[in-house]
Amino acid sequence: MNKILIIAEHLNGTLNPATARCVTAATKIGGEIHIAVLAADVDAVAAQAAQIAGVSKVLTVARAENAHALAAMLAPQIAKLAEGYSHVLLPSTTFGKDVAPCVAALLGVAQVSDLMAVDDPHTFQRPIYAGNAIISVTAPSDRTLVATVRPASWPATANGAASAAIEAVALDVALPTHTRFKELQSGKSDRPDLQSASKVVSGGRALGSAEAFSIIYSLADKLGAGVGASRAAVDAGYVPNDMQVGQTGKIIAPELYVAIGISGAIQHLTGIKDAGTIVAINKDGDAPIFEIADIGLVGDLFTLVPELEKALG
Amino acid sequence: MKILVAYKRVVDYNVRIQVKPDGSGVITEGVKLSPNPFDDIALEEALRLREKGLATEVIVATIAPADAQPHLRNGLAMGANRAIHIVTDSAVQPLTAARALLKLVEREQPGLVLLGKQAIDDDSSQTGQMLATLWGRPQATFASKVDVAGTVATVTREVDAGLETLEVDLPAVITTDLRLNEPRFIKLPDIMKAKAKPLETIALAELGIEAADFLTTTHYAPPPKRSKGVMVKDVAELVALLKQKGLA
Repeated sequence: MNKILIIAEHLNGTLNPATARCVTAATKIGGEIHIAVLAADVDAVAAQAAQIAGVSKVLTVARAENAHALAAMLAPQIAKLAEGYSHVLLPSTTFGKDVAPCVAALLGVAQVSDLMAVDDPHTFQRPIYAGNAIISVTAPSDRTLVATVRPASWPATANGAASAAIEAVALDVALPTHTRFKELQSGKSDRPDLQSASKVVSGGRALGSAEAFSIIYSLADKLGAGVGASRAAVDAGYVPNDMQVGQTGKIIAPELYVAIGISGAIQHLTGIKDAGTIVAINKDGDAPIFEIADIGLVGDLFTLVPELEKALG
Repeated sequence: MKILVAYKRVVDYNVRIQVKPDGSGVITEGVKLSPNPFDDIALEEALRLREKGLATEVIVATIAPADAQPHLRNGLAMGANRAIHIVTDSAVQPLTAARALLKLVEREQPGLVLLGKQAIDDDSSQTGQMLATLWGRPQATFASKVDVAGTVATVTREVDAGLETLEVDLPAVITTDLRLNEPRFIKLPDIMKAKAKPLETIALAELGIEAADFLTTTHYAPPPKRSKGVMVKDVAELVALLKQKGLA
């Protein structure tokens, strides 16, 4: 019988939706599913985690050192919690990518990164070469397996009827003092979160300036969409880094993705391959983005985008 | 302070990878190989720290087959002082790589280890974190800004929520993201000079580490293709299609 431990990702008392996506992957693996919440204040996050269908127990570890998600602090605690579990799952977000390998190293086991499908409880599919090849990898069944779960490949599990039991755990683990959190600069936005939004509008280098990006925001607001950007637009300083979509930015799977003025480098396409419908607007009819777009429109974005916004009116 | 840079050779980022028809691997014959772009950024950062007088020596290291010497010469031409080639014919998995790099760390005692945040071939994003953990030292992953002062590094990290700043005691492991710097171009005289720089080779087996290649890849497949889309002639047609799909 598999026993699966999912490490909750959270910020400011809110559970990240990627955690419920990990539950979906865990359900596919099959077995008893527990979620661990490591935080300074665990109650709010634990209550949210306990709602997710299929979760039988939530373990909480409340420690002042867990106020910020630092790998050096979390990994030794997670490695201790992992005793008796067949699988330890984290989302393949910057949080999970930072922490999971430390846990695997402490346990002396392999990690499977970006789990996108489950063939059997120890055989998984994952992307390599920016998603240009998908491999099946088998991990030994006699060791704990650490994996990060690619959120775009898994829908979130909805909340269930009953709430799971919440159990506080005290861990006797010495923590280092060599790593100190200083600050988090976060772009405040009322728009839907890029990673969980059902619709996303992204702008590219062709916008030409930070000011011109206003037409992207305006269209996004009309659609109730989150806003993303290509690497070129981020590098050019039009928008902050947390809006980057692609191999090294965020990998997303909205129902609708609208790419505006984005030529479609393979690194960008990697980030949107799982989108439901991809719409591309670009003045270059030969741009690679049209190779994967479901609906393409060639023309000047500065004319077409306001026109589109009006037509949606 | 010495800086150790892990410098992997990968299939060039411009190559469109093809899966072999029998699913046994990807086609690498005759394909252009280049330094992992993130490792180039790591090396560039190490060189800049040396140029600022914050480091005395930059060592590039790779774990690769014997034919990877030109790759290390490339790192030397970029400006590294010397190179270490851990030779093995088989591809190693991240935990094995981290154990091998730890051996070099124990021998060289660097104040800083810089690596790319991921290699663009296996996209694992594990080795730096595993090395920091095995070494018992701090890690700062996905760095977009690095400031070293005395025995402390202040590192800005690109995280999903924005930019996070950490302070870590040295020695430490830092993995580099795209916007940290723009690597320099190599000049012809530097290629000549690199030929005279020390390049040490060690067989992986001689390091005395326990291999940890626990994962077996059983099958390679091309990604599922998206079906061919349609081109519309104007906004009205686009909106009609979106409405039809229930998306607008």
